[in-house]
Amino acid sequence: MKIKGSQILIQALKQEGVDVIFGYPGGAVIDIYDELHKGNIRHILVRHEQGAVHAADGYARASGKVGVALVTSGPGASNTVTGIANAHLDSIPIVVFTGQVPTSLIGTDAFQEVDIIGITRPCTKHNFQVRRVEELTRTISEAFHIARSDRPGPVLIDLPKDVMNAMAEYTPSSFRDEEEPQPRPPSKKAFQVLDMLSEAKNPLILSGGGIILGGASQELREMAWRTKTPVTSTLMGLGAFPGTDPLWLGMPGMHGTYYANMAISHCDLMITLGCRFDDRVTGKIDTFARNAKIVHVDVDPSSINKNVMIDVPIVSDCKSALRSFNQLLKEKNFTVTGDQRREWLGLIDGWKRDVPLSYCRSDEVIKPQFVIETLYELTRGGNTIITTEVGQNQMWAAQFYKYDYPNTFLSSGGLGTMGYGFPAAIGAQLAHPDKLVVDIAGDGSIQMNIQELATAVQYKIPVKIVILNNGYLGMVRQWQELFYEKRYSHTDMTHAPDFVKLAEAYGLTGFRTGKPAEVEKVLRRGISTPGPVIMDFQVAREECVYPMVKPGGPIHEMTLGSREMVN
Amino acid sequence: MEREKKERILSLLVSNKPDVLARVAGTLGGRGYNIETLCVDATLDPKVSKIILTTIADQPTLTKIEKQLMKLIDVQKVTDLTKMATVMREMMLVRMRLTDKNKADVALIIDTFRGRVVTLNGDHCVIEISGMREEIEKALQSLTPLGIDDMARTGIIALERTK
Repeated sequence: MKIKGSQILIQALKQEGVDVIFGYPGGAVIDIYDELHKGNIRHILVRHEQGAVHAADGYARASGKVGVALVTSGPGASNTVTGIANAHLDSIPIVVFTGQVPTSLIGTDAFQEVDIIGITRPCTKHNFQVRRVEELTRTISEAFHIARSDRPGPVLIDLPKDVMNAMAEYTPSSFRDEEEPQPRPPSKKAFQVLDMLSEAKNPLILSGGGIILGGASQELREMAWRTKTPVTSTLMGLGAFPGTDPLWLGMPGMHGTYYANMAISHCDLMITLGCRFDDRVTGKIDTFARNAKIVHVDVDPSSINKNVMIDVPIVSDCKSALRSFNQLLKEKNFTVTGDQRREWLGLIDGWKRDVPLSYCRSDEVIKPQFVIETLYELTRGGNTIITTEVGQNQMWAAQFYKYDYPNTFLSSGGLGTMGYGFPAAIGAQLAHPDKLVVDIAGDGSIQMNIQELATAVQYKIPVKIVILNNGYLGMVRQWQELFYEKRYSHTDMTHAPDFVKLAEAYGLTGFRTGKPAEVEKVLRRGISTPGPVIMDFQVAREECVYPMVKPGGPIHEMTLGSREMVN
Repeated sequence: MEREKKERILSLLVSNKPDVLARVAGTLGGRGYNIETLCVDATLDPKVSKIILTTIADQPTLTKIEKQLMKLIDVQKVTDLTKMATVMREMMLVRMRLTDKNKADVALIIDTFRGRVVTLNGDHCVIEISGMREEIEKALQSLTPLGIDDMARTGIIALERTK
């Protein structure tokens, strides 16, 4: 029996196991929305297409499944670009469906026509335009496969309106993902790494987002614990290794911990897993891990030897590589005595004692770090997902909240997209209705996708928004303070809405405080209030994120802020 | 690693689809690499096209380019022909006005570079010359003072000598 393209689309999405779509209707996708009206797949109506893509991204990061967004042609499609680029840089599997003008009008500058294939070519893993209804099913299953396989990423499918109305038989696609890779016998390189690890005095593991994307957290822990190797992890990799473990060093790089950066600069072997050596991690390349032999495991060959020259490159997904390596450790009965690591771990403990993550506490004004610390104390235990916006709020959330589980810290790492955290929190909450989802935001970032408050209220999505409100675009202000003699050019954001009134206007609950003594009370009330909540914390206006490595400087040269901070 | 910046020849097997060339060109352009010459046509299998392009790069940069190209879904194979034993050719068409003064010189140049006259319309002729890139350059240099109307070059094509 022949059915319409729009019906085939829904069938194919169901076959892919899609249970929620984030979208926004329009003329070019009205036939698809007519199908969705039957209620066969849950649809969340966002208030801006960028929000739809970030929500799909947050859903994907929290669930490990492919996130889906659906928008109309023209501005609907072009509004997705930031969200797609964001998913591209962080390798997040999403599929974005865009409407398109009918095939007969393509290329005529028709109403709401943009060349979204051309626009998104450099920021998708791949994109398709479906020109014939017969290609639809196959294209969709191929798109989902591409999105989640190897190094994941966003895929866009452009759907001309007439293709959605054309009739065809629906036959489920036979396109299948490969089976999960079987444990492979240890390669020559695994033996080589084992030798290097046996000889190393100061080994270090640098893990990245690849561990989370590849579901290899357990394998990473096994390896680190068995070999007593300390672990540092990029922003994208937070949660893969427990933030409360004694071997944990925190995040390295521009706002990394003193001890993580010192460990990188002093290690003699660095085993890098699923990390692409972003400039925010490496600082000045010439001095990065200058004493170390570097092993690099990455599923994407183009990440290897791109920024940092590698001694032992291993092209593999992290899970397979770690499984094979752990197997080898077991077979060889590899053990490390306390003595072997005493010197190195002692050195690290010294750094941890000398310069812990810290800040000047205050009874008069709320320190933003204090809000995060208190939030951590109230929500620790693995049942909480934290999303962040971008800037100071993001760095403090990375430094002062300890993540013990993968897929619980969702942040825009590569693109640095302000406005990511809130819609991503909506997506994460839909993936995990039983978890507490908190967006740690700044007063600047939250205004970039504030319209999604209506979405949260409409669907009773109980996301909690913690605004660290300093009335500035804080991170830019920090740079202006440190590098531009305090010329605060256009970073003052004091002209902002009253966030409590705004919450009420949208139909959710809002709390505000400027008193340190009330921080815990407001957090408790905010968390326990049903439905979405805004908590507006009026924090110290000119607090800086420390440690800080100067842009382009070596990571062992850090500004630590005023010395009395060190407690 | 070879650090010398020089002309490198890449041969790509890609799906024969309308936007594949844009993806390949965009991948190089977007990352700041320049395409010097470019040749595209279908292979014996009509679903597959061969793109031969040249770029000026050192070896580490070329490796980065190859890896980025391999990430494109529609790119099936990337071969660096620079290091291989290949036959390499470029073709040039040159349109000239023949006069009593230049006729003899033009004929001599055609003969030297094993070219041929493709058409002759009144006093205009179109000359075809193929050969190694250096030969084409030399032929062009020799013909220029004799008065070239217009010209077109194919860019380099190359093929491995053996399988």
